[in-house]
Amino acid sequence: MSVTTLSSHALAQRQPNWIVRLFDYKPFLIAMCLAPALGLLAVFLTYPLGLGIWLAFTDTTIGRRGIYVGLENFQYLLTDPLWWNAVFYSVFYTAVATFGKFALGFWLALLLNNHFPFKSLLRAIVLLPWIVPTVLSALAFWWIYDPQFSIISYLLVDVLHWRSSNIDFLGSPWPARFSLIAANIWRGIPFVAISLLAGLQTISPSLYEAAMLDGASAWQRFRYITFPMMMPILAIVMTFSIIFTFTDFQLVYAITRGGPVNSTHLLATLAFQRGIAGGELGEGAAIAVSMIPFLVFATLFSYFGLARRKWQQGEAND
Amino acid sequence: MTDTVAQSTVANAKAPPDTMAWDSGLRRLMMIYLPLGCFVLILLFPFYWMAITSFKPNAELMNYRDNNPFWISSPTLAHIKHLLFNTAYPQWLKTTMLVAIGSTTLSLIASTLAAYAIERLRFRGSPYVGLGIYLAYLVPPSILFIPLATVVVQFGLFDSPLALILVYPTFLVPFCTWLLIGYFKSIPYELEECALVDGATRLQILRRITLPLAVPGLISAGIFSFTLSWNEFIYALAFIQSGANKTVPVAILTELVTGDVYQWGALMAGSLLGSLPVAIFYSLFVDYYVSSLTGAVKE
Repeated sequence: MSVTTLSSHALAQRQPNWIVRLFDYKPFLIAMCLAPALGLLAVFLTYPLGLGIWLAFTDTTIGRRGIYVGLENFQYLLTDPLWWNAVFYSVFYTAVATFGKFALGFWLALLLNNHFPFKSLLRAIVLLPWIVPTVLSALAFWWIYDPQFSIISYLLVDVLHWRSSNIDFLGSPWPARFSLIAANIWRGIPFVAISLLAGLQTISPSLYEAAMLDGASAWQRFRYITFPMMMPILAIVMTFSIIFTFTDFQLVYAITRGGPVNSTHLLATLAFQRGIAGGELGEGAAIAVSMIPFLVFATLFSYFGLARRKWQQGEAND
Repeated sequence: MTDTVAQSTVANAKAPPDTMAWDSGLRRLMMIYLPLGCFVLILLFPFYWMAITSFKPNAELMNYRDNNPFWISSPTLAHIKHLLFNTAYPQWLKTTMLVAIGSTTLSLIASTLAAYAIERLRFRGSPYVGLGIYLAYLVPPSILFIPLATVVVQFGLFDSPLALILVYPTFLVPFCTWLLIGYFKSIPYELEECALVDGATRLQILRRITLPLAVPGLISAGIFSFTLSWNEFIYALAFIQSGANKTVPVAILTELVTGDVYQWGALMAGSLLGSLPVAIFYSLFVDYYVSSLTGAVKE
């Protein structure tokens, strides 16, 4: 601190330019540095978040300023089978897709943690589904799920002769739901695998050596060393994954748009359909706001359920 | 102390033959290479399918009986030609590029300054400001797009790419700030102290010392922001209405999907062309991607 004042003092004597002095005045400089970031976030994130909650309590439509209607929107949603449907599918989609992503992603991370030729090339390839715009890979999945020209149906029917008719991937509710989950898992594996791989590489090999010396089997080494050591990073990655899977929009909008018969609507796509496409901003905002309790719960669950066990980091070796 | 050292050297000496015995050829093949092969095949297949569809003539596309669907017998550029000359595709590419570059520049400037203030200017409450910015990252766009649409209309920016340039930093700034805080932390503070003693102003220090040392971090943050804003969908869908101002992901879905018969060739060609810029970018900077992804998670 003394260094700061001294140097700015010395500087002020040498360069009596007031602008330079102003920019070296710490509180002013801090305010100037934080202003762009905090300004952008305040105007386009905090304000809309509050506005969204306010809109949920009004009957605003596009082009008409609404009035306060209290809980009416939410009461209506509670009686709306489509909303319940979307809640069910959002929870189901998040649960199944997160489980799939983490099981397969963890497996892939363990595989990539071995030594083999072209390792960095392989790691680069694996990340590709995550880099490419989701909507564009979703279109590829749409084409793969085509009722008539699906390549999966072709493989199963004409090449392997396991089935006699084409699979109707997107035509009926349950197959459509699982097709979307499969596409989401495909897209999510790389992120999980690469993040967990980074965690795996921080585990000291001496732990494994000690365990092998004590005669631990491969499964025991995984169960008692790898898994506990990975808990903190698993918690963070899972929190992120759950939040962004639950609020997913692109995949469903690109592949099914909520159909067939509204069976694959997530809360986000339903909010878009009601709020932007249908013009009922108030109701759409209410649907979007109804995601918040689920998100808070899921975040707390994954974060505190997994991360708070400090003994895993500190006293693991006694 | 000496005991533990001795033990660990014994363990080191013993470990290699032990692992070698376990990782014998066939076992390694079954446990590592086979599953890895399956993963790579499944992860890459949609791209292969996308690429092969965009060069197939329509006759082959709709006839699996006489043609092997996994290969092209007479490749054609018709779909790409249709895309480039009969649709506004070049315009969409230009808009997307403009939006991605604009929002990346804006968020890089904002987050460099913010990260410098939080990590280096150290004021009371700076950790809380950092935490607040981090929490902003956890607010998903799906919750914000409806109120943001009304905000954009209020500002008179509806249907303008400028709206996207201003809105994308909401998810780019938190990410970049955290990445850059991590990078600034790794730069020795002594360098700045030396400069202070030599009479440099804070801004001179930022420009002449801290920024040049943080270039890898800036590149990571920049390419990541570019990719994220190139891929963004929901805001672009909600805020842009006229065909000419749409970004590539939105335009392909809303302008090319018309009628009951989907033109799969053109759709896949559009997807391929729209993915190429990020894919090329990615191949040039793979290491930066991996380090920024893992760095952000670890922070």
